[in-house]
Amino acid sequence: MAEQLAKAENRSTEKTAPQTAVDMPLLRIERVTKRFGNFSAVNQLSLEIRAGEFFALLGPSGCGKTTLLRMLAGFETPDEGRILLGGRDIAQVMPHERPVNMMFQNYALFPHLSVHDNIAFGLRRAGMARAEIAARVAEMVALVKLDGLERRKPDQLSGGQRQRVALARSLARRPQVLLLDEPLAALDKKLRESTQGELMELQRRLGLTFIIVTHDQEEAMTMASRIGVMDAGRLAQVATPRDLYEAPASRWVAEFVGDVNLFEGQVISSEQGRLKVTTREAGIVTVAEPRQPVTKAIVTIAIRPEKIKLSRRGLASGADALQAINRFEGEVAEINYLGGLTAYRIRLDNGTMVRSVMANTARLDADGYGSSDRVAAWFAPDDGVVLEQ
Amino acid sequence: MAGAVNRLSRFNMTALALGFAFLYLPIVILVIYSFNASRLVNVWGGWSLRWYVEFFNDRAMLEAAWMSLRVAAVSATLATLLGTLAAIGLARGERFAGRALFSGMLYSPLVMPEVISGLSLLLLFVALNAERGFWTVTVAHTTLTMCFVAVVVQSRLTSLDRSLEEAAMDLGCNPVKAFVMVTLPLILPAIVAGWMLAFTLSLDDVVIASFTTGPGSATLPIRIYSEVRLGVKPEINAICTLVIALITVLIVVASVASRLSSSQGESAAPL
Repeated sequence: MAEQLAKAENRSTEKTAPQTAVDMPLLRIERVTKRFGNFSAVNQLSLEIRAGEFFALLGPSGCGKTTLLRMLAGFETPDEGRILLGGRDIAQVMPHERPVNMMFQNYALFPHLSVHDNIAFGLRRAGMARAEIAARVAEMVALVKLDGLERRKPDQLSGGQRQRVALARSLARRPQVLLLDEPLAALDKKLRESTQGELMELQRRLGLTFIIVTHDQEEAMTMASRIGVMDAGRLAQVATPRDLYEAPASRWVAEFVGDVNLFEGQVISSEQGRLKVTTREAGIVTVAEPRQPVTKAIVTIAIRPEKIKLSRRGLASGADALQAINRFEGEVAEINYLGGLTAYRIRLDNGTMVRSVMANTARLDADGYGSSDRVAAWFAPDDGVVLEQ
Repeated sequence: MAGAVNRLSRFNMTALALGFAFLYLPIVILVIYSFNASRLVNVWGGWSLRWYVEFFNDRAMLEAAWMSLRVAAVSATLATLLGTLAAIGLARGERFAGRALFSGMLYSPLVMPEVISGLSLLLLFVALNAERGFWTVTVAHTTLTMCFVAVVVQSRLTSLDRSLEEAAMDLGCNPVKAFVMVTLPLILPAIVAGWMLAFTLSLDDVVIASFTTGPGSATLPIRIYSEVRLGVKPEINAICTLVIALITVLIVVASVASRLSSSQGESAAPL
């Protein structure tokens, strides 16, 4: 135990050099495991979250993200590990004794209580004075713009209004950490987008720590300052949205977040910051050498579809000619017009399918590619990511 | 076109009228004849309330009615308590070995022939050397009606969103307080409906009561049954009318209560 602690200490000092009180993480999850029978829903997971962060737990269903959130709320007790909130281990503390509140996926509003009484519920339990409760409820109602609906029962509200009541109720006790379990899943697309903005604005204004669980990567990318991608009870990667997309840590993350072209192959040379890899799918590919030296002989090269550009065959301009490397001949197999973007599938001459996405920057595109057109697909060495796992 | 619809609806109306007549005509006749002035059951002698007056002067009948009401009230209350606890245990308790068996056994009185329940209870009371009377009937009715309460309350509990209790705990309630503050108000209509159901079941039971009652503590249905064997007195019609009125009121209240109950809770889920 002491060893583990020391290790954890070391790790955190490595990351944030000057270890001051301000830099101390608000929440520290240390090697937490939760089993249901033989199945480990969360497996030896460690994570640190700083005060004021908007953190998203992203993952496919069944990856353990909801179990982790429920352990933070206190509805599940970890089988191993510690959960430190402000330095205090809360792993065994009952839900009602934690300075943490949760907004439930289905909102869980009390149907027999009015909007006002729903919001006041937690305040009454805290033994707050009557006048103080009235003031706090009024403040919350104004915060989530529910004025005039205080006397309504939950079944007299629209889906969006219920979502706001749930938010107001979970914020009323001023929790140190607010947990949000798929808070926008029940809203339609337009409402979801405007609510995303409101949640971010609210979080910034109140300076609270939000931890949101979602399976919607766009939602996580839009709102969170950092994202933890979970797979099979472990964190596959913790990074900012940009790093997650542009520098995925593994093949799995690259495929889970957004679309990607993957070429697997053997490293043949490494010189002048360029790595040459011979791949089965696309022949010899040249990419920028990653900062950490490559240790494995077999690697995967990941290239996002929008970084694969198309040109007409034989019409290579001067700029294209410079990029004679990473250039593959093929024909357009499939075109999907998506409004702002067009997604192409190119069948290379060796049979490999490659995805390319181009922005529709002009309304009339006389020069656009048609089905079965011969094209060259190419990408810059800097746009390929080398993955070792 | 309109004619076809009319013909169809006339046919439906006739079928409906005949069906209801078959179900309710005997009861209507009984109610009408309870106001019969004649001493003969099958001869109409004009309107009168004399048989109601007769009933309220019939000491033995009144005692039987009072006995029935007491048995029904006490057994319904006990059954509601036990049935609700059983429902909570089955719907919310941790899974335990033999849980399916336990829940099956709880519901067995629903399908068990009353003669068998009555006889087995009688054997038990004899074996225990219990003096048969108010308490033996009450206990017997409690075992009969408890399973009905358990069914009603359990179905309400399982339809209730589990996260409501979690939300209450998240907002500062310990588990017991969460149950009292959130779950109990939401299942209360089902508990009330269960009580009403148990009350009416106990009130009109003859078979089990006749096995478990003792001398001098006959319930109203037993009393009526033994009187009828000696010939139907018009007074019986009056008593039956009063019982029908009481049961109708209770059933209406119970169904309104359960309607109230089901309109809450599920509807709190997002649209």
